[in-house]
Amino acid sequence: MIPAPFAYARPTTVEEALQAIADGGEDVKVLAGGQSLIPVMRLRLAAPGTVVDLGKVDGLRGVRDDGDAIVIGAMTTHSDVLADPLIAEHAPLIAEATGTVADRQVRHRGTFGGALVHADPAGDLPAVALALDAQFVIAGPSGRRTVPASEFFVDYLTTAVEEGELLVEVRVPKLTGQWGMRYEKFNRVAQAWSIVAVAAAVRREDGHIAEARIGLTNMGPTPLRARAVEEALAGAEATAEAVGAAAARAAEGTDPSSDLNAQADYRQHLVTVLTRRAVSTAAGL
Amino acid sequence: MTPITVRVDGAAYTDDVEPRTLLVHYLREQLGKVGTVVGCDTSNCGACTVHLDGEAVKSCTVLAVQADGCEVTTIEGVARGAVLHPVQKAFHEMHGLQCGYCTPGMIMASIDLLKDNPDPSEDEVREGIEGNLCRCTGYQNIVRAVQHAAAEMRGDTSASNGHSGNGHVRPAVVDTAAAPHVAVQA
Ligand SMILES: Cc1cc2nc3c(=O)[nH]c(=O)nc-3n(C[C@H](O)[C@H](O)[C@H](O)COP(=O)(O)OP(=O)(O)OC[C@H]3O[C@@H](n4cnc5c(N)ncnc54)[C@H](O)[C@@H]3O)c2cc1C
Ligand code: FES
Ligand code: FES
Repeated sequence: MIPAPFAYARPTTVEEALQAIADGGEDVKVLAGGQSLIPVMRLRLAAPGTVVDLGKVDGLRGVRDDGDAIVIGAMTTHSDVLADPLIAEHAPLIAEATGTVADRQVRHRGTFGGALVHADPAGDLPAVALALDAQFVIAGPSGRRTVPASEFFVDYLTTAVEEGELLVEVRVPKLTGQWGMRYEKFNRVAQAWSIVAVAAAVRREDGHIAEARIGLTNMGPTPLRARAVEEALAGAEATAEAVGAAAARAAEGTDPSSDLNAQADYRQHLVTVLTRRAVSTAAGL
Repeated sequence: MTPITVRVDGAAYTDDVEPRTLLVHYLREQLGKVGTVVGCDTSNCGACTVHLDGEAVKSCTVLAVQADGCEVTTIEGVARGAVLHPVQKAFHEMHGLQCGYCTPGMIMASIDLLKDNPDPSEDEVREGIEGNLCRCTGYQNIVRAVQHAAAEMRGDTSASNGHSGNGHVRPAVVDTAAAPHVAVQA
């Protein structure tokens, strides 16, 4: 099927884009890589009156060093992310998770910002952004504001980006100390979408786990932090037993759905297994 | 209507398109480039794969207006006259196709993979073409074809006798007589 007709705007600056969104009225959709939006428009699950294409907006694509953070432009494609030296150095967890997204073709078009604003519960990048305490820079008619990851993911397919606004860039704080990271994902072979996945970043100090940050994919309508596991790991010995005991709490506070791929109780079991694996690898065990 | 200018398989085109026109439909219906096919409605099958500015994309999941100012290469543009591209030739020689519907997309995805990884292992080929589905071959000979092409493109002549690092390539022996015939089923 092909999408329903729409008016098309192709701005070249963020200001022009915001103006085009304002001019479009109520029924506007922003087009980034189109790898989520075009499929739903083809199925007529979405039929926006106006599409504002960010493809020619300068300055939204690329990664830069900003002292204590790296800054990833919203229109940076998944394949740009995979090739980026700053991400490889400071946030390899993002590259590892991005490498599992979809396939080469989709990664050439799909964007970092689009995947985060789309906020699919099975999408891989939201849990990673949450685990790394990323900050989201959002532009709107009245200027720019910055939203922490803990407040960005509001509900199923819903983020803090309001109508009339754009996600411009994502700031990922640089981690100091000895961190290890791991993204553990469970999916069907023919479908890259996560059934469940776990993003772990672990800081080790003197044979102990000093700090752990754990994001969960597809364990509820939004990505979640596994706070009970993080608390159990803080100061724990870096041993398989300690990690196993902490990981057993990974399902606490989760609310996964049941679908064709898995029942909720199966997901709640799976998340403990994947958390153990992710934390063990991140901790170098 | 929105004006676009694109180069497709080396020729320049300027056209007016409806913004909702998918690139694959522009290629097939407006330019007559029917070598690129549509296999699904869900962006999963990869049959429609073309190169946009040198990168493999699913042309059913790109609007024609998004290709404005870009260079598109389709399966119709990879041969040099009568000389097949090494990947085309390898699919032919290694029996990398049966019905052939997935083949244009498989070849375009494989060329893209080999550009990044000139000597892929079997697993790397399988992952590299994970965005392309084939309902006929079971993938075995597709993987062999990609590795065979890789060896040829690297200039590795030992490929033809099956001793080239990752490129252990021989077509599988297929006993067509054993396959059930349509007439028997009917
Ligand atoms: C076959 C297939 C398999 C996939 N598998 C996976 C997978 O395994 N894991 C995974 O995580 N993802 C997967 N995806 C989704 C992919 O990661 C998409 O790239 C991503 O979800 C959306 O990014 P996009 O740039 O294409 O956004 P688009 O489709 O252009 O936009 C998505 C939504 O976000 C909004 N939006 C986009 N950018 C902005 C912005 N800057 N500001 C405000 N709003 C914005 C749009 O309006 C739209 O509502 C898959 C997609 C396909 C087609
Ligand atoms: S036609 Fe199936 S992915 Fe494009
Ligand atoms: S050869 Fe028939 S689908 Fe691949």
